[in-house]
Amino acid sequence: MALTLFDKIWNKHVVKNIEGGPSVLYIDKHFIHEVTSPQAFTGLNKRGIKVFRPEQTIATADHNVPTLNQHLPIKEELSRLQVEALIKNCAEHGVELYGLGHPFQGIVHVIGPELGITQPGNTIVCGDSHTSTHGAFGAIAFGIGTSEVEMVLATQCLLQSKPKLMRINIEGDLKEGVVSKDIVLYILSKITASGATGYAVEFAGSAIRKLSMEARMTICNMSIEMGARCGMIAPDETTFAYINGREFAPKGSEWDKALAYWETLFTDANAQFDKEITLDAADITPMITYGTNPGMGIGVNEKIPTLAEVNENDKSGLEKSLAYMGLKQGHPIKGQKIDYVFIGSCTNSRIEDLRMVASFVKGKQKAAGVEVWIVPGSKQVEKQAIAEGIDKVFEAAGFQLRQPGCSACLGMNEDKIPAGKYCISTSNRNFEGRQGAGARTLLASPLSAAAAAVTGYIADVREL
Amino acid sequence: MTNQKITNNSAETNSPFGGQGAFTSTFVPLHIENVDTDQIIPARFLKATTRAGFGKNLFRDWCYENDDEQQPKNDFVLNQPQYKGTILVAGKNFGCGSSREHAAWAIADYGFKVVVSSFFADIFKNNALNNGLLPVTISEDFLQQVFALGEDQTLTVNLEQQSITIDATGASASFDINAYKKTCLMNGYDDIDYLLSSIKEIEQFEQQSV
Ligand code: SF4
Repeated sequence: MALTLFDKIWNKHVVKNIEGGPSVLYIDKHFIHEVTSPQAFTGLNKRGIKVFRPEQTIATADHNVPTLNQHLPIKEELSRLQVEALIKNCAEHGVELYGLGHPFQGIVHVIGPELGITQPGNTIVCGDSHTSTHGAFGAIAFGIGTSEVEMVLATQCLLQSKPKLMRINIEGDLKEGVVSKDIVLYILSKITASGATGYAVEFAGSAIRKLSMEARMTICNMSIEMGARCGMIAPDETTFAYINGREFAPKGSEWDKALAYWETLFTDANAQFDKEITLDAADITPMITYGTNPGMGIGVNEKIPTLAEVNENDKSGLEKSLAYMGLKQGHPIKGQKIDYVFIGSCTNSRIEDLRMVASFVKGKQKAAGVEVWIVPGSKQVEKQAIAEGIDKVFEAAGFQLRQPGCSACLGMNEDKIPAGKYCISTSNRNFEGRQGAGARTLLASPLSAAAAAVTGYIADVREL
Repeated sequence: MTNQKITNNSAETNSPFGGQGAFTSTFVPLHIENVDTDQIIPARFLKATTRAGFGKNLFRDWCYENDDEQQPKNDFVLNQPQYKGTILVAGKNFGCGSSREHAAWAIADYGFKVVVSSFFADIFKNNALNNGLLPVTISEDFLQQVFALGEDQTLTVNLEQQSITIDATGASASFDINAYKKTCLMNGYDDIDYLLSSIKEIEQFEQQSV
């Protein structure tokens, strides 16, 4: 029978099926962090049980850590308590922790791939919705709630119902100045923020195949923004080359064995999807969001939709969004003044993102009155950026290079955008208050963010 | 792979649906679409290390102008005393965004037992079910009928029969729920109990698949 990539991995991980119910699904790798794990450990402790497979559990501190002076104790008391609880829980249960000060520390979805922990054919979960990022390696990777974190800690399994399957094909060549973030914002603008709810999505097509691993991760990262259970891309030579030689990648004969298996991980020619969408890469331009969900995006040269243009059901949502954003229907988005630039988050904080920004801003200066924060995704990214002299480029441009963490992506630490201010952000969510109460977020690619940083307004990077 | 039927004889139950399986209540209409979990419980309230007390920060930024709680937003439905009850009715794509289970904790802690919408985000739905909060998915049309009702109208949710009824008109809709999850909710037991009881099989699976 012709199988999809998803089927092949799913089938290999079903411990058993419950009649009329979900399947018991075995989880290969479980990432945990300080915010969604404490209550799960409390649950285990109450039951008097230990983590079942500590060697398959990997912890980091990322969500609420400060991005300045990480060598000092965390000032904010509640954040400190959460990080301390993680340290204690990991120690008691024998879980490896890449906490503050560790050379592997960073955003959970950045460190998994860069350490070679994330591998094709894996099932991967984390108490964080952007776990979908890891699907870029041809893994089934999805976010879970804290009760489920407890289940995985206790049994290395979850009860899951098989989702429906969707394939999104992006065919052809991207235009210059258009990058993977634009692809995913474009898909979102076409299928909406709930367009893939209930589905596992495989991204395919010639435009996807040409992308680097980091670019693929950006797309899978935001599959949750379409409501998808997970996003995935079949592994290929690009994937194998990326993994080879990384810290926890298989070595020697283990590598050969793994590779032989990974090479079987693709969707068979006649496999059926419940839904299939094909989009033309040439239609994509640099994208920017104007509203308060990631599906509300337009090309940088387009106008914000008018109430008359949208469905009856979407009118009140559009009105509410524009009121929050302080933007006007029918107006161009280009030229909108911005106050903050945030380049970071598990969507766009990898070394390629930083290189992309650096090569654009080299020799340029940030606009007056604009604050620019660059927050690398991990200690390793930070180290690499410094080794390549990227830090110097940022310094000369007036950009602030901070220390790794989630930072202004969700504003759980001190990095918040003040109420009413506009922030162009390479993160994944423009929800009301996401970057701080009253903050106004416009999502875009690192290139578009860099263009806004030097001009002080939303600009088409291709015209600069 | 083996197939197994769930049976549970536990008499003890902590489920709101235990025993009778149905209840009637007025409802709170949240006539907004795409309500994301950042709105349900903003990130700055996620710093607790226990599950308790999230209810007081439910929809915090829609309830108050500032964090000092001095200025309630009177036009927000949770601040309007005429709306009450243990059923929350919301626009489509409820619970999208962050996987934070704190959103389900906050809604349950506030006192809601059921959330009704025409569409739920996946992770939220799971989180709700894992906390004894029943997500009821109905058609957009039926949802609009509910939104059109006056503030004293009641709804009856019957988990056993998987139906929701507008008591005044008798209009009724059925909703889907996975049979396993239904049994769990009716009996107030958890996935984790089930998984722990399967640990031998999980170990066997590990042996075979290495
Ligand atoms: S960077 Fe943002 S989206 Fe990514 S894990 Fe951190 S908080 Fe979540």
